[in-house]
Amino acid sequence: MYLLNRIQRHRVNYTWMIVSLLLVASLPFLLFLGLYLKSFLLIHDYHLSDLLFSRVWKPGSGKFGFYPFIVGSIWVTLLAMLISAPICLLTSIYVTQYTRKRFLRIMHPAIDILAGIPSVVYGVWGILVIVPFISRFVGPLFGVQTLGYSILAAALVLSVMIIPFILNILIEVFRTIPVELKEASLSLGATQWQTVKSVLVKKALPGIIAAYGFGLARAFGETMAVLMVVGNVVKLPKSVFDPGYTLPALIANNYGEMLSIPKYESALMFAALILLAVSLFFNLVMHFFIDRYNKFSA
Amino acid sequence: MKLSGKIEEKVFKVLMVIATYSILAVLAIIIYSIFAKGIKALSWEILSQVPQGGYYYGKGGGILNAILGSLSLAFGATLLAFIVGLPVALYINVFLVRRKKLITLFRFILDLVWGIPSIVYGAFGFSMMIMLGLQTSLLAGMLTVTLFILPIMIRSMDEILQTVPIGLSEATYSLGANKSELAFKIFTRQTISGIITAILLSFGRAIGDAASVLFTAGYTDNLPNSLMEPVATLPLSIFFQLSSPVPAVQDRAYASALVLTLIILLVSLFSRGLGKRYHKTKINF
Amino acid sequence: MEMEPTHKIHIENLNVYAGKQQILKNINIEIPKNKITVILGPSGCGKTTLLKCMNRLTDLYPELKVTGKVMINDKNVLEAGEDIVKLRQYMGLLSQHPYPLPMTIYNNIAFGLKLKGVKKRRNLHKQVVRYLQQANLWDEVKNRLREPASRLSIGQQQRLCLARGLAVNPEIILADEPTSALDPISSQYIEEKFVELKNDYTIVLVTHVLRQARRIADYVVFMYLGEVIEQGTVEEVFGNPKMEKTKQYLGGTFN
Repeated sequence: MYLLNRIQRHRVNYTWMIVSLLLVASLPFLLFLGLYLKSFLLIHDYHLSDLLFSRVWKPGSGKFGFYPFIVGSIWVTLLAMLISAPICLLTSIYVTQYTRKRFLRIMHPAIDILAGIPSVVYGVWGILVIVPFISRFVGPLFGVQTLGYSILAAALVLSVMIIPFILNILIEVFRTIPVELKEASLSLGATQWQTVKSVLVKKALPGIIAAYGFGLARAFGETMAVLMVVGNVVKLPKSVFDPGYTLPALIANNYGEMLSIPKYESALMFAALILLAVSLFFNLVMHFFIDRYNKFSA
Repeated sequence: MKLSGKIEEKVFKVLMVIATYSILAVLAIIIYSIFAKGIKALSWEILSQVPQGGYYYGKGGGILNAILGSLSLAFGATLLAFIVGLPVALYINVFLVRRKKLITLFRFILDLVWGIPSIVYGAFGFSMMIMLGLQTSLLAGMLTVTLFILPIMIRSMDEILQTVPIGLSEATYSLGANKSELAFKIFTRQTISGIITAILLSFGRAIGDAASVLFTAGYTDNLPNSLMEPVATLPLSIFFQLSSPVPAVQDRAYASALVLTLIILLVSLFSRGLGKRYHKTKINF
Repeated sequence: MEMEPTHKIHIENLNVYAGKQQILKNINIEIPKNKITVILGPSGCGKTTLLKCMNRLTDLYPELKVTGKVMINDKNVLEAGEDIVKLRQYMGLLSQHPYPLPMTIYNNIAFGLKLKGVKKRRNLHKQVVRYLQQANLWDEVKNRLREPASRLSIGQQQRLCLARGLAVNPEIILADEPTSALDPISSQYIEEKFVELKNDYTIVLVTHVLRQARRIADYVVFMYLGEVIEQGTVEEVFGNPKMEKTKQYLGGTFN
């Protein structure tokens, strides 16, 4: 009798596993399909190139040009990467090569806390600290009048948000470089810095690229914090002190309108589809780079 | 060594130190500003009451609706994600041991979904909601957030399950256990601290995310009382209070941000503590 | 005429490949019943792999491909379907490193008993005590039954694993260098236990320690680089080795 129960239990567990597995495995396809179907109304009536490159956004008149939002997203993301990437690289090298292991015990919780802070709280901090900082100090420093809600504000906030992602991968990458490599270089007479520059970084390059890729992808898709400080003005920004508008902010700000104008809903779903496509693409490329890194370091 | 080389080394060393300590400094600034601004406006009233009429324009009340709303939504989503995620992680690590290609495929798919922005899940959830005929509700929000945290939950559990040594599987099979028993009775016990960490990590993400609940959970000033009704969430509550023209309400937003941050910090501290406690039944190899 | 078969395990044309490399080449051996059979050889000769073929734990290693027959009780282990679960229960495993289950000491034994169908608490408790006594562990743990098994010393953990394995009533005990991680006293204890147990169980012991084989083996299978070089009783193989490699190994002129 008990034996029967064991077999029954196994069958139940097995079914539970398979159902869950199928659900999870189909997730990316479901996401893509769902969003595609929902944006079909829009794609059907307009050329893809018109949508992506037109600068006019007047949904009421049927004009859906996503260009300002795409450009806004790109500006914010690239600027955030520009700030964060070198800082993370320098920090990861310092923490893995130049300090005692005890220092990592401080860094890890610090990184965890940064990673755990929700985006809305980053937004609050952005409004509290970054925006006034820009409007009162940075702007005047460059001779610019700005309210502070700008591409720069979003980029600064975003750069802090992506630090944990990039830094964790970079630290892991540098930690797993075999010690022998370092020892070999040092025994040839190179200084620690020369070793780092010429040997370690080269070896870690695919891992570094992967880390940056993840940071980029994360920055591109961030919604709340950016929305709160970027200004939300539909205009092609001419300088980093101008307000801007990103794709996620577009979707988040206008979901109320979605319900009234059908093509508007399609448009926002299309924006989400772009985000999904960009994110999947990045994940694919980064996966490839990590694979390469693993193969080379093995 | 050339002088320029020495200068270069010194310069970069200084840069590295600046970089590292500026990260720590920024963290300190963030924590300080949230705490300082938030503590000032924090009061028992805020924590224990729902918004009264005109709350967003300065009248009385609190954010209890959002606190309880977020907690119940995150709890439900984490539970659902666990129910779906644990068997998947176990299946990959116990049942598919022999089929390397399938394992690689599934881990690849997990990698693919791992970084998808939460707003995409929000938009998708919204579409599904409409299709299923649901209104903005606790249930719709829960389901959307579940999808969002699933990859996080599964990946964390997968990572910890991979650390179970083969010898333990061999020993268990030799006792006559089948794969299910190995998975659900042994693997889970062996990695219990890691599993709990995964759950709490996912809970932290679930409670803090705004974009996935924006279109799906709605908002209300009431306490959560039904799955089918809209529910308030802390991130949105913070956002709405911040958008108010009244400074007193904005201050309350800072207090709410502090509350949310504290909840998440508490959860992550708890996960570290629990992890250590369960370590004693785990075998170290 | 013999009514009872004298051989418990019958291995025919066993070949194991790891990718392109062949780990076991055409193994044909007979393991006699109720004796201690020692599989002997230098490291890397494939003896652990051979052991793992017997209860098909090779399933856990995706890179291994196994062909041939492993016959136990007239069943080919390698082709068993769902009843592999039950077949494995016939063969208790003692690994080089003790792998206690992540549970209390009590539950380590109870786990297997429950799989066997023992349900009533009193019965369960009686048997847990019995097997812990059999492994000579009872006195040391009788006041600590509800403690996690991880708190035991390595020697105690290995005895726990032995007790756990005996609790599911196997007919065969497979041991993979079970004393190599233990101190001399615990090792001696395990060896003595095996000599006691062989009256009721068939024991297959893998080792690379010649002296251990000399001490307790009844039957010896000598392996080198994936092949069986020589097999026979301990008097035959140690006293009068026929193959050159065997002579070299026994004489210590081997790498």
